[in-house]
Amino acid sequence: MRPFVYERATDVADALDRAGDGAVFLAGGTNLVDHLRLGVRSAERLVDITRIGLDEVEELPGGGLRVGALVRNSDLAAHPALRRGFPVVAQALLAGASGQLRNMATTGGNLLQRTRCVYFQDVTMPCTKRDPGSGCSALEGYAAGNAIFETSPRCMAVHPSDLCVALVALDAVVRTTGPAGDREIPMTELYRRAEDGPETDTHLVPGELITHVDLPPLAPGTRSAYRKVRERASYAFALVSVAAALDVVDGRVRDARLGFGGVCHRPFRARRAEEALVGGPADAAAFAAAIDAELAHARPGRDNAAKVPILRNTALAVLAGLADEGARS
Amino acid sequence: MTISPPAPPSTPTPGPDAPPVAVPDAPPATGAPAPRRTVAGRGFGGIGSDRARVDGPAKVTGTAPYAYEQEVENPAYLFGVTSAIAVGRIVDIDTTQAERVPGVLLVLTHRNAPRLRTKLMGELVVLQSDRVRHRGEYIGAVVAQTPEAAREAAALVRVRYDDEGGDVDFHADHPAATVPKRGAAGNPREEKGDVEAGLAGAAHLVDATYTTATEFHSPMEPHPITALWHPRPGLDPRARRLTIYEADQGPIATQLILAPMLGLLPNQIKIHSPFVGGAFGGKGMPHAHVMLVVLAAKLLAGRPVKFALTRQQMFATVGYRPPTAQRLRLAADADGRLTAVVHESVSPTAKLATFVEQAVGITRVMYATPNRRTEQRVVPLDIAPGTFMRAPGEFSGAFALETAMDELAVATGLDPIELRRRNEPDVDPDTGKPWSTRNLLACLDTGADRFGWEVRTGRPGERRDGEWLLGMGVAAASFPASHALSTWARITFAGGRYVVELQASDLGTGAWTILPQIAADALEVPVDLVDARIGSTGLPVAMIAGGSMGTYTWGNSIIAAARAFRRKHGPLPADGATARAQGRLPSGARQFARHSFGAHFAEVAVSEVTGEVRVRRMLGVFACGRIVNPRTARSQFVGGMTMGLSAALHEAGHRDPRTGHVVNHDLAGYHIAAHADVLDLDADWVEEFDPYVSPTGAKGIGEVGIVGVPAAIGNAIYDATGRRVRDLPFTPDKLVG
Ligand SMILES: Cc1cc2nc3c(=O)[nH]c(=O)nc-3n(C[C@H](O)[C@H](O)[C@H](O)COP(=O)(O)OP(=O)(O)OC[C@H]3O[C@@H](n4cnc5c(N)ncnc54)[C@H](O)[C@@H]3O)c2cc1C
Repeated sequence: MRPFVYERATDVADALDRAGDGAVFLAGGTNLVDHLRLGVRSAERLVDITRIGLDEVEELPGGGLRVGALVRNSDLAAHPALRRGFPVVAQALLAGASGQLRNMATTGGNLLQRTRCVYFQDVTMPCTKRDPGSGCSALEGYAAGNAIFETSPRCMAVHPSDLCVALVALDAVVRTTGPAGDREIPMTELYRRAEDGPETDTHLVPGELITHVDLPPLAPGTRSAYRKVRERASYAFALVSVAAALDVVDGRVRDARLGFGGVCHRPFRARRAEEALVGGPADAAAFAAAIDAELAHARPGRDNAAKVPILRNTALAVLAGLADEGARS
Repeated sequence: MTISPPAPPSTPTPGPDAPPVAVPDAPPATGAPAPRRTVAGRGFGGIGSDRARVDGPAKVTGTAPYAYEQEVENPAYLFGVTSAIAVGRIVDIDTTQAERVPGVLLVLTHRNAPRLRTKLMGELVVLQSDRVRHRGEYIGAVVAQTPEAAREAAALVRVRYDDEGGDVDFHADHPAATVPKRGAAGNPREEKGDVEAGLAGAAHLVDATYTTATEFHSPMEPHPITALWHPRPGLDPRARRLTIYEADQGPIATQLILAPMLGLLPNQIKIHSPFVGGAFGGKGMPHAHVMLVVLAAKLLAGRPVKFALTRQQMFATVGYRPPTAQRLRLAADADGRLTAVVHESVSPTAKLATFVEQAVGITRVMYATPNRRTEQRVVPLDIAPGTFMRAPGEFSGAFALETAMDELAVATGLDPIELRRRNEPDVDPDTGKPWSTRNLLACLDTGADRFGWEVRTGRPGERRDGEWLLGMGVAAASFPASHALSTWARITFAGGRYVVELQASDLGTGAWTILPQIAADALEVPVDLVDARIGSTGLPVAMIAGGSMGTYTWGNSIIAAARAFRRKHGPLPADGATARAQGRLPSGARQFARHSFGAHFAEVAVSEVTGEVRVRRMLGVFACGRIVNPRTARSQFVGGMTMGLSAALHEAGHRDPRTGHVVNHDLAGYHIAAHADVLDLDADWVEEFDPYVSPTGAKGIGEVGIVGVPAAIGNAIYDATGRRVRDLPFTPDKLVG
């Protein structure tokens, strides 16, 4: 581990002042500190942003929520307004990591956590994401964790977050400030596809600070849920996961949101399935047709083919559960 | 339930080392009265008492001096440099940048490392040449004033290799597979009867291949070591002294191996290992980093050099359980009696040092059959060496055998317990000797009762809880109660207290707590008057904590020492009175086959949607001779079962197919069971007393608890779903689609 300077920013302006020149924002540190230790990343200065505020959840008129970037994952998961209006987000948070990690991890940090690809984390192996132009070791190597959607020989890694899968499904908007001024970036446009160049994960520019994540309201009566599949009952990244919100009126789907985790370089929004669902009946056959329309575009490799049937079953079970819940109320 | 041992085949003449008080008065007939207990017994806190761990308070308050916490003066810190290729030659190793890092004291490579005198143990031959023998091998080290500087500098050592590739990919039909000449525990190949005839005439045949995964011990404590070469007082080589603090299952092995390699006499090396933070076999033999630190410290004589592995390094050079591919054939007549058994296993070994995961051994003792062939083969690869891991061999073999038995139960339509009853051997099928004690059927019956086995219908898919299919499975377990090394112990009376001394080692298992219990029993004094001194060289030579042999072997010598003490000093010893004795194998013991037994029951839920498996309940019932302390024993059994559950559901090290290193080399990537995976888990035992293993009446308990667990869980998965998964671990990809 190389020596670095540690600084503590006092507010947003101070944090931006300190950005640049080899500085890296430090939030909960649960991802960044690991990477410093492993040599995956180096920093000349760490700018601690945990005391700049941005640690509240605000209820917006109309039922939306504005989540500060420094709100801890456990605090957010426990927030009554979130649990009421956006169960899919609360469930996604609680499915992630462990209690101790969630107490440290922040909203902004979770969005910007890096892939868990074993080769990305091993500095002795080539990895384009870590060392641009060096190639992808996962192509011919251990590949069980690889992506199945939007695959590219440039990088086979998947985005590891649970929270982000729920946020892309809900059309959350990321608010930032920094060298490019204040920006509002939809979650669905924040992340780059592997094909666009895996060297950077997002479209943020260096020194750009995430300040908030806005959750737009869902139509009343919408049900939402998150389900994560893993062989260990807790404390494991997703083999695959499904975030879904379903608005069913008179047996027909009025609105459907579907995000998949563990399957793509970015948190994946299943737009093809959504399109197939909306306007159709809320029944098993329609659900299956919709999910299959999406899965027709999956490109599994030799070691991760099982992700396809597991994802299919899980998505169908989540949709059926939401339709059921709606029908019972 | 009380079960007595059988009479010896011919009444042995009690020798001087005959069991003192524990042997039944007369050879008992079947159903004979319980053997006489040693006199002090309960009340004194002796054998059988539920004594809390004496080292518990020190451990939970963080004051127990583990190897890394041993206070030494002015320590320096080491960090290893490891090879990035599997096989080849170091063409150039550039240390200039590393040497410039502030605080660096020494950069060690094969160019400046002290030479070793012998190559006694290949794994310890480090920095002796420019050859690289596996990826992750130590090819250098940096020692610095701080661990951070050492690590930073180590990353700056630039190495150029002549990369020769290497053969790192294990598969069962690898052309290099051979029957090993050495390294197998027991004969790698044996055959009896007419196997082909037994197979041909069978009414039922199970013929299947089972695989187990590469597993890592992953103890909490990451193999720390501090080494100090005392400054040389003169030129006499015999005046040299090396002191080592480390975590060791028995310092004697490390001492005896290091001494000749370093050109020292054993007594020039002092090793202290009072507390060990988990070992599971991984700390039974010294690994490469021990020599690395010792060599670095030699160049910095007078300065203690410290090192603890990173979690990633724990997947590189401190051993693992090699994977296996096993073909098992069970042939049975119409009644389910075995007519032939063929068990063939193949697993990888390192070219650098042979370690054989002898999976076929258990098949030789479990069930009666007139015809049997077992064969163990290995594939030498350019990978780091494997080593003993909890129930080496038995764990792997039992997965295949006990799953195959379940498949045979399905084929014959018999209840799996009934099938085992029909194949219960009167004598050891391997040696033909009678059993010292074998109460497998009692374990199965007691367990079935307690677990509610009658609920199981034997028809997969019938029991469910929503999307979760429920099923129950059973498997048998056994582990040998071997005798490896006669052990010495010393008992001294001083200041009104007794101290029992020997080189035993407490891996977190409870030796600190139970050795005084055994001594108290034999001395007939309250346990609170007895202290132990263990974990260092210089104490009476003893068996290491390995092979589940520790407690009874040590207990044997403690009882011998106590008897010698009382003979010499009587009931009222003078201050300073002392006696030493060696505990030998009880007379008559060699006429018996000696093994621990057990039965595992598991209830699982398997999601029809995701293929996730959750183990809802597990019960293990064991027959392991007398239980010296029910509290520490229970934690051994439950710990073994938890580790077995973890192996069943999670554990698998994945090697890169090009370099052979383990890619999921941390605990976020290499999953072990989390709390949420371990639900209702219980252990129990049948009462038993085995005088032919040691006069304590005890057999081993440390390993039998893990044997057969994955089979019980896999058999439960079959009962739930009708799917037979023959490859560990039971991950969702194997149960969906
Ligand atoms: C063992 C383990 C298991 C885990 N399991 C899961 C899991 O199952 N599911 C899951 O979703 N996650 C999991 N995680 C990941 C965890 O959720 C992330 O590490 C955490 O959310 C990161 O948040 P942090 O605040 O600690 O970020 P940090 O580590 O502090 O920062 C991460 C990155 O974000 C940048 N950053 C942080 N905040 C801002 C901001 N406001 N603006 C701009 N840049 C910022 C930092 O500069 C850094 O590059 C796991 C982590 C570990 C260690």
